[in-house]
Amino acid sequence: MPEPSSLDQLTYEQAFTELEAIVTGLESDQRSLEEAMTLFERGQALASYCAGLLEQADLKVQQLSGGNLTDFTPPA
Amino acid sequence: MSQLPLLPSSPPPSWSVTDLTRYLRDLLESDANLQDLWVQGEVSNFSRPASGHLYFTLKDETAALKCVMWRNAVLRQAFLPRDGEAIEVHGSISLYEVAGQYQLYADLIRPAGEGVLYQEFLRLKARLEAEGLFDPARKRPIPKWPRRIGIVTSPTGAALRDILNTLRRRYPLVDVVLAPTPVQGEEAPPNIVEAIRALNEVIHPEVILVARGGGSIEDLWAFNDERVARAIAASQAPIITGVGHETDFTIADFAADLRAPTPTAAAELATPNRDDLRASLADQAGRLSRTIQAVLSNQRWELSSLQNRLQLRSPQARLRTDRQRLDELARRAEIAVLHSLELRHTRLTGLDQRLGSLSPLAVLGRGFAVVSHPDGQVVRSVHQIHPDDELNVRVSDGQFHARALDAGG
Repeated sequence: MPEPSSLDQLTYEQAFTELEAIVTGLESDQRSLEEAMTLFERGQALASYCAGLLEQADLKVQQLSGGNLTDFTPPA
Repeated sequence: MSQLPLLPSSPPPSWSVTDLTRYLRDLLESDANLQDLWVQGEVSNFSRPASGHLYFTLKDETAALKCVMWRNAVLRQAFLPRDGEAIEVHGSISLYEVAGQYQLYADLIRPAGEGVLYQEFLRLKARLEAEGLFDPARKRPIPKWPRRIGIVTSPTGAALRDILNTLRRRYPLVDVVLAPTPVQGEEAPPNIVEAIRALNEVIHPEVILVARGGGSIEDLWAFNDERVARAIAASQAPIITGVGHETDFTIADFAADLRAPTPTAAAELATPNRDDLRASLADQAGRLSRTIQAVLSNQRWELSSLQNRLQLRSPQARLRTDRQRLDELARRAEIAVLHSLELRHTRLTGLDQRLGSLSPLAVLGRGFAVVSHPDGQVVRSVHQIHPDDELNVRVSDGQFHARALDAGG
């Protein structure tokens, strides 16, 4: 199994896909208790991370003009 | 066609006004050239009374044509002309009998020149289509969960506002980069092309939205530009167009990987709905929870089952068992012993009493004596006695010696 990556590096897609894989794996495979607990903890961390991303309220908007990236301020 | 009434003698047969007018009307209405036609001219005497109908005159240098448009057709018109404007009108010619006036009954009005533009649109569309630019096989799927979205639109228009509101509501975790650009006029096409290029090169978004609010065919003309169409087709990131209103189709729409009817719809097509994501996440989290609980409870059951089996075989267990058996046996033994003792006691007591009454000592107490020779032989008969025999006499409380004086008899 590949080394799990640090959470904040993951996109929502990556995190959710990994969570799905863990859930399916836990449901179907026979594992030692220790393995199962490790997977469970990783799954929980992923679920929390995804939830945090979803509940973020602010939309980050930037502007690209003449090669420069700046924060976008909407016109009054 | 009405009949010439037959009148007697000299006055020539004459029409009634009604009949003649009706004849002229029929004449006009039966001419195919006068039905379903377009006329162009300048507007004058425009009026829109309370009835909702439109009345105006179309004129050019040397002639004028009265026009009317009924209310239900007017309601479908987005564009309404003003005096002095050059327009094109579609409709049919007929005659308004009451006023004796031929008129154009209009069902569509558009600014002059739109017809020409539309032809140009059709020609370009055909040419690019023949090249395969609009081929469905070229269209790329839109990524499900974009991390970055690029937007090509005016920074001040309603389109951007609508898009940002939609993204904020649906999927605020996405990063948005706007490449601001004019969206009409001659300078628009090269700017749109540059905006698409810059977003691809600098930002590498997962999807780009190209958007503009509603307008006439002239307003939207930049999105019918060949350069824009090619830039959209060549974009590394898939492009969703949201230009104009639902019914507007531009060349850009055909070139795009996906066409949305409006800018808001474009933002919706680019993103998942946060509510759906929440539901999926809750589902996975629930399954995770339940599964680990099942694993744990399984383990617990196995453990306790093992424990049970272990205990049954352990030395401690054996001792306990033996002890218990021991106790049990002891108890039974006790009972048995008690029981037999009781039995014996009862018997002894009975015998005792019987024995007591038969005891020789009790007989001696009544005056009888036991005579016996010195060798212990008890005398029962005179024949056992000889004169001078030594005898022992036992009475109830002791014994003494005696000599027989004669042989008895």
